[in-house]
Amino acid sequence: MQPEANWISRAPSLKRKAILMAKVQDEAGHGLYLYSAAETLGQPRDQMMQDLMDGKAKYSSIFNYPARTWADMGAIGWMVDGAAIANQVPLCRASFGPYGRAMVRVCKEESFHQRQGFEILLELSNGTPEQKQMAQEAVNRWYAPALMMFGPPDDDSPNSKQSMAWNIKRFSNDELRNRFVGMMMEQVKVLGLTLPDKDIRFNEETKKWEHGPLDWDEFHEVLAGRGPCNAQRLERRREAHQNGAWVREAAAAYAEKQAMKQAEKESAA
Amino acid sequence: MTTEPQAGNVWPIWEVFVRSSRGLSHVHAGSLHAPDAAMALRNARDLYTRRNEGVSIWVVPAEAIASSDPDSKGSFFESPQGKDYRHATYYTKSEGVKHL
Repeated sequence: MQPEANWISRAPSLKRKAILMAKVQDEAGHGLYLYSAAETLGQPRDQMMQDLMDGKAKYSSIFNYPARTWADMGAIGWMVDGAAIANQVPLCRASFGPYGRAMVRVCKEESFHQRQGFEILLELSNGTPEQKQMAQEAVNRWYAPALMMFGPPDDDSPNSKQSMAWNIKRFSNDELRNRFVGMMMEQVKVLGLTLPDKDIRFNEETKKWEHGPLDWDEFHEVLAGRGPCNAQRLERRREAHQNGAWVREAAAAYAEKQAMKQAEKESAA
Repeated sequence: MTTEPQAGNVWPIWEVFVRSSRGLSHVHAGSLHAPDAAMALRNARDLYTRRNEGVSIWVVPAEAIASSDPDSKGSFFESPQGKDYRHATYYTKSEGVKHL
């Protein structure tokens, strides 16, 4: 949500601005759905928020990359939200009910995000040579980070075994990643752009798409808090929390006052 | 940097039920935190009905909901077992009779 929110005030038209605001609002909602699901396991919401702000809680590696141009809004929608959908559709049937139910909602909303991203890229691609180049560069920037969203390769994924055993995860990281690459390969042709990976190939034996090597050292650096925007993202989160403190306090004070008035009225009656 | 959580700012959890325009009854949509019922309703509208999902919302304090024990669902829901005669499909002699 932070990479996109940065572009709300710079959207190229009122229509694009309204669409981007709707998307960012959805993303905030997805955060709330997931916090609700996590809360059913017993951890209070404010503790989870605190862990996030203290840098203790993990979050998706993708949020730590910068959105440099308007075309990045297209690439994020098409590739990042596309990867999220590929990952999350199977999660709708996860064995943990609150999580699965949250995912059903999330997936329904993400499909709008992916289409609007694709449309941004398509329009830029059919625009001036400079616009087309901007679209291509955004695709180049987001390709590898989007593929890494599926998590580390299967032979180096410490949490996969447990999640698969509990039927939370139903397909392996590499399986979903390869499936996603296959979809991108078809869709990028419609865009008139290319994927920045000369090693993509269709494996005739396994009947699956395979991508070129990814920089997993970068992935681990980002997860460890040393990505391009980690510090900036967390600082923004803390700032927003502090700036909103007076609203939370006022709402709590109002609720308390109303409850007191109600109690007085009842005891008088 | 560590920011201390402020006491007294933990809002209660509300369970949200939404009735869709063609739905028969309110269906559980999810939960949220809010300081009071009025804010819970507004937050529920913004979180769960951004795409015309509903024409009516109920919010209920989560602590006010009593629920059956998932661990004893076997004995709790035992009564209907073996009582097939409570279903229309139990009665087969009338097969072929129209409008029945």
